[in-house]
Parts: sequence; C-alpha cells; structure tokens
Amino acid sequence: MPKIKMPKNSPTLDMTPMVDLAFLLVTFFMLTATMKATEPVVVDAPSSTQSKAIPDNYILVTINKEGTAFFSITNTNVRKKVLASMGEKYGVKFTEKETLKFAAMTSFGVPFKDLKNYINLSESKKAEYASPGIPTDSTDNQLDQWIFSSYSFYQSDLISKREEAKTKNEFFDTKKNALKFAIKADAEAPYVKVKKVVDIFTDREIYTFNMITTMEERK
Amino acid sequence: MAEIQEGGGGGGGKHQKKRAKKSSTRIDMTPMVDLAFLLLTFFILTSTFAKSKATDLSFPAKPKDDQPISKDKANGITILLGENNKVYWYPGALTPDKVLTKADYSSSKDGLRAVFSIGNKKVYDKMQNLKADAKKWTYKDDAVFDSIYKYKSKEIKGGEDALVVIVKADDKASYKNVIDVVDELNISEIGKFVIVDMTPEEKAKLDALK
Repeated sequence: MPKIKMPKNSPTLDMTPMVDLAFLLVTFFMLTATMKATEPVVVDAPSSTQSKAIPDNYILVTINKEGTAFFSITNTNVRKKVLASMGEKYGVKFTEKETLKFAAMTSFGVPFKDLKNYINLSESKKAEYASPGIPTDSTDNQLDQWIFSSYSFYQSDLISKREEAKTKNEFFDTKKNALKFAIKADAEAPYVKVKKVVDIFTDREIYTFNMITTMEERK
Repeated sequence: MAEIQEGGGGGGGKHQKKRAKKSSTRIDMTPMVDLAFLLLTFFILTSTFAKSKATDLSFPAKPKDDQPISKDKANGITILLGENNKVYWYPGALTPDKVLTKADYSSSKDGLRAVFSIGNKKVYDKMQNLKADAKKWTYKDDAVFDSIYKYKSKEIKGGEDALVVIVKADDKASYKNVIDVVDELNISEIGKFVIVDMTPEEKAKLDALK
C-alpha cells in the first residue's frame, strides 16, 4: 500500500476505510435483521431437503410442542376487516387504536374473549404472556372462524385489486397474489394435533399446504 | 479524516501548523472499531441462522361415505409411523399373516430410502433423465421452462409404474416423523402418496410389535 501517507514518527495505520466498511455492514445487517417482529411462540420446525421459498401471502397456523394453535395472516388490510367481523360475531368492540395494534401484531394464540386484553398488553408483557391457544374444539371452533373469515375477506380483497388493475390496464398476477396456507409445527409436536388443524382446513375444502421447514443438506 | 490534514498548510509556516493540527485532530478510533465489529459479528450471526423454507403437502378430502380409501394395488406400500420414531412398512393389502418390516429414517440399507428406491426405480431413473434433459432446454422464459418441467415430471410421477405410498401416522407419532417421510418421498421422486388415518387392524398389528 504505497499510497497511504505514513506519519513520520508514528506507526499508526489509517483505519478509516475499514471503519467505513464495518459501519456499512453493521447498518446493512441491522436494517435487514430487525425486520422480523418477535413471535409469541417459539417453534423448532423440522428440517427438510425441500428448498421452496415461503409464499408472499399466507395464513399461518403455528403449533407448538404442546399442540397449542396460534393464528396469523400476512395481509394487514384483511387483518383489520377480520377483527371487526369477528368482534361483531362475539360482541366485542375494538377501538381504532386497538385495530391498528392488532394489524401490526404477529401470531396470537388467545381465545377471542381475551383478545382485547392481549392486544393492549405492552410488548414485554406480551412476551411473558402464556398463550392458552386458539380454541379448536367442535363446540367453539374459533380457529375455523379465523381461517374462514380471513379467507373470505382476502378473496374479496383480491377481486377488488384485480378489478382495479383491469381498469388501469395493468397486469395482475393472480397466481402470485393467491392466498396460501402455511402450517408451522414444532418437530416434537404430536401429529394428532397437526392433524386436527389440517382437518379444520380440509373441512373448508382446502387441501394443499406449505409446511414450514428449515433447510437441511441432502445426505 | 485525520490524515487529510497532513498535506494542508504549505509555505513557510508549514512546520508549526502541522504540529498544532496533529495533536488536536487525531482521534483514537480503536474503541469505535471494536464496537463496530462487535455489532457486525452479532448481526451476522443472528441474521443468517435458520432459513425457513416450505414443503408442499396435500391432504386427501374426507371420504363422503364411510368407505375407506382402497388403494391396495400390487405396487403399493403402506408406511406405519409409531411412537418413539419407530417406522414400519408392508407391501400391498393387509392380510392377517402379513409381517410388518421395520425401517428407519436413515439412508442405510434398512432405511426408507432403500425401500422407496427399489419400488420406484423406474420413475426415479426417468426423473434423472428428465433433469439431465432439462439442462439442455433452451426456453428463454423461466415461466415456460417451469410449466413444461412441471408437466413432464407430473406425467412421470403419475405414471402407471410409479410406486403408491400410503402414510399412516399413529396418535403418538411426532410431526417430525411425518415430515421426514414426506421428505424421503420427495427425494425418491414419489408423487403418488397420501397421508391418511390408521385402521384398527393396523393399529393392533403395530401394538403387537411393542
């Protein structure tokens, strides 16, 4: 490195480019790493050699080790509508602020009667909250309600988007925007619990799923 | 930054000015660099862990009447998943004298991979040929390539000589077992498989092996 001017008496090295690079990388990793919000449920998904990317729009049902079910949908617009319609059904009113909070939330696993309280918890309290899971028994199948309601709102949203694209004469990729159904279960979860969730979907005539797995090298 | 100042000044007062600036502008950057690299290491390590991927899986519709799905063809095998990661299989239809064969999830000669590769050899070879051929295809559009590849592989996997696999999981089987079997099926290029409930006869056979 002959270009660097060395001070006569001190052996110091010019660290500026290195620091520049280090901070650039720090900034990059910080921005890309903090995108994902904390989930209320930690799930250790099984590994698989499949390398299909996760779809853009999906309903996610997470099942933890004990078989507790959590629900999430990616589309925030649909989230708000679903909350309102579910609230009407169960006779709970949500304020504008609560709706916005709910839209920004990730998965949740609380029965509808506790949802209002859960939404208003602070982030740190939410992390400590022991979620009882969304009820899935046949007498009060709230998971089915969430899935069905989200699915119908998503479909109507999709149709209006397509119509809008049509009027503007733009191409609308229906296949890419289609709603997928993802199930993320813990590797140790009993299969019966997963089966129960799958049955809720198949009762609604939904048969194809994206099972969320982690990458594994082929042996 | 500090170094840029070095060339400044000029003329007669060069020497004096230089000394004065030197003492005031040079900052010890070491702690900052330490911190920067610490953060860098932290973010690199936390961000690249656990890449999530998806595995496609289809489940059958509930049979309309109480009749069980009968797929007891000659080229069909049934996989039974028990508790504690145990896995057994038998070919064809279940008769009272049929013996369940023990297998495992490894790629050894007793593993499921070996079982599948024997039964599905023709289809597997055809798929390998298709993959080799696909490398020579010259479609400009990726979407065209994908749809042709999908169609051809579907045709091979759904062919007459494809192995039919029925996967039946016990109540105590873990979700990981099911995903492992599905993964093995995908590796062995088996497209004709179905995940259904276990019949009482099969359950009795499985329990008898304990």
